Amino acid sequence: MSAPSYSPLRVPLVKQPRSMAAITEEIAAPLWRRPSASFWALFAVSSSALLLGLGCVTYEIANGIGTWGLNRTIGWAFDITNFVFWVGIGHAGTLISAILFLFRQKWRTSINRSAEAMTLFAVICAAMFPLIHMGRPWLAFWMFPYPNSRGPLWVNFRSPLLWDVFAISTYFICSAVFWYLGLIPDMATLRDRATPGSLRRKIYGLMAFGWNGSTRVWNHYEMVYLLLAGLCTPLVLSVHTIVSMDFATSVIPGWHATIFPPYFVAGAVFSGFAMVLTLMIVARKVLGFEHLITVRHLENMTKVIIVTGGIVGLAYGTEFFTAWYSGNPYERFTFINRAFGPYAWAYWTMVSCNVLVPQAFWVKRIRTSPWAIFVLSLLINVGMWFERFVIVVTSLHRDFLPSSWSMYRPTFIEVGTLIGSFGLFLTLFLVFCRLLPMISIGEVKGVLAYAQTRESSSQRTQGAA
Amino acid sequence: MSPIARPFVAYFTREQDVVAATAAVRKAGLGIRDVFTPYAVHGLEAAMGLRRSRLSQVCFFAGLTGLTTMLFFAWWTSAVSWPLNVGGKPFASIPAFVPVTFEFTVLCAALVTVGALFGVAKLWPGRTADTLPRVTDDRFALVLEPMADDNRARALCLEHGAVETFLLDAKGPESRLSAVPGAKA
Repeated sequence: MSAPSYSPLRVPLVKQPRSMAAITEEIAAPLWRRPSASFWALFAVSSSALLLGLGCVTYEIANGIGTWGLNRTIGWAFDITNFVFWVGIGHAGTLISAILFLFRQKWRTSINRSAEAMTLFAVICAAMFPLIHMGRPWLAFWMFPYPNSRGPLWVNFRSPLLWDVFAISTYFICSAVFWYLGLIPDMATLRDRATPGSLRRKIYGLMAFGWNGSTRVWNHYEMVYLLLAGLCTPLVLSVHTIVSMDFATSVIPGWHATIFPPYFVAGAVFSGFAMVLTLMIVARKVLGFEHLITVRHLENMTKVIIVTGGIVGLAYGTEFFTAWYSGNPYERFTFINRAFGPYAWAYWTMVSCNVLVPQAFWVKRIRTSPWAIFVLSLLINVGMWFERFVIVVTSLHRDFLPSSWSMYRPTFIEVGTLIGSFGLFLTLFLVFCRLLPMISIGEVKGVLAYAQTRESSSQRTQGAA
Repeated sequence: MSPIARPFVAYFTREQDVVAATAAVRKAGLGIRDVFTPYAVHGLEAAMGLRRSRLSQVCFFAGLTGLTTMLFFAWWTSAVSWPLNVGGKPFASIPAFVPVTFEFTVLCAALVTVGALFGVAKLWPGRTADTLPRVTDDRFALVLEPMADDNRARALCLEHGAVETFLLDAKGPESRLSAVPGAKA
């Protein structure tokens, strides 16, 4: 009668048709199992990296920013590179959860939960860098406009750094709320699966907010989910736009460019998708979710990478063209210096990883091979990190006055902090995989019909057993 | 027929069945208390005759409040409370206030809307769940208002593929299903 009318030509989103109970079981079961040896091995590595980072940050806060390799010419380097890199990583999660939701791309359902979690963890890593760069992070609350005993002296609403404060904190709060909202129905599923009276049931019950699957509530819930997706879409675009304005509103050659906002947003999506692929390929293998996070999902994401990688490549070319066409000698010098100066190795690493590597995805065999995607996505992550390094450091190290030219080299503390941020990110992700359903149980059930309409009606009702 | 009127429940295993049964029951003029489903079934709200959620209006006005508040606040702090000359720019530099105003608009709209959802749906941490068995897993449950004679409802539901029908125990925890928010369908 009113069966959802999916074309039989559609490719099923879930391979191997199965009942709804089987979906609940297989996504929830890993949360009940003891962690495997491979989990503990990964956890040991990531938490060691986190500890190294904690040590480095503690040392830096105790001794001051002088422990970094910054100097009077290069006042921003490693930590701002890391900040922009991590904010960018976060963008893929919101793109998958909000923008693909608005475009009704149903294939997002099995990856949105973990991609959103990745967003949150990446933003936590990103927010850490400006905080420690302050030197006195315990005064971080000065960034917010509150009535104070100094006048009150207000924050400067004309400063892009203040815009950043608002953008990053809003982004984090909204992403967290959006993510949690999606978790509530699944928390109820887990609560009802847990043994009555057990501690698990109490905790999941607390987190489920008393959800009971009522359609009257679903009706409001779906509306709010749509509204949040609509709010998060311009939000995510605004966040990297504002991050790019940290550079673009300055007068430094190589930074002062109107191309920065779209260039940064495309780069953010590009790097974020590479990171999602890196994590998903490992997670689907380790947790055995290959039929839920299918090769088709991976392939779709590589297609997004081809597009955004193309935009990034175009932006590199446009920057060079503008530097020449503007006739501005400083601008022109900066770009020649980027490509052929002392940091040329970083520039060409960036170009080869970000422009050449993604071209491999035009080949279907590479696009559908998880191993190849894994290696290429790692290279893209490296390339995008170097993009930020090139933008931040090469523009500063040789600016207007040759007398102030200088070189920058990271110290052990800075490298340790970067390793620590990866440790923080991976540790949080591993803990998430253990404590919460990595795939949205409810949403995957909603797209089961895609696969089932292809089957005979007798197979379709096998869930009734 | 039981001495105390008890809500009638029918269980389904497929979303198209529960949608069809709900539409049929509503057409027959029986009162629908609610339908419990493991995921959002599209078309079910139409079959139940639910109104489109009006939380979008809450979202709009929350966003509007955020926008005006932050625009006013940025202007007041920069141009009235303590005007500081920053690079010779005008005190009331409205274009420079846009990014923060935008972020605050989104923040207000998002938080107030989700808060309103929790309020309207009566969801809060620690609320006791009054869930029917398996509706968060693999069953769709159509719950009808208590009626004098449930034979007609039962026949309709079975005709549309119900796998199980029963009357809720008024004393059981499920009796609190009446606490489910929303106007009567």
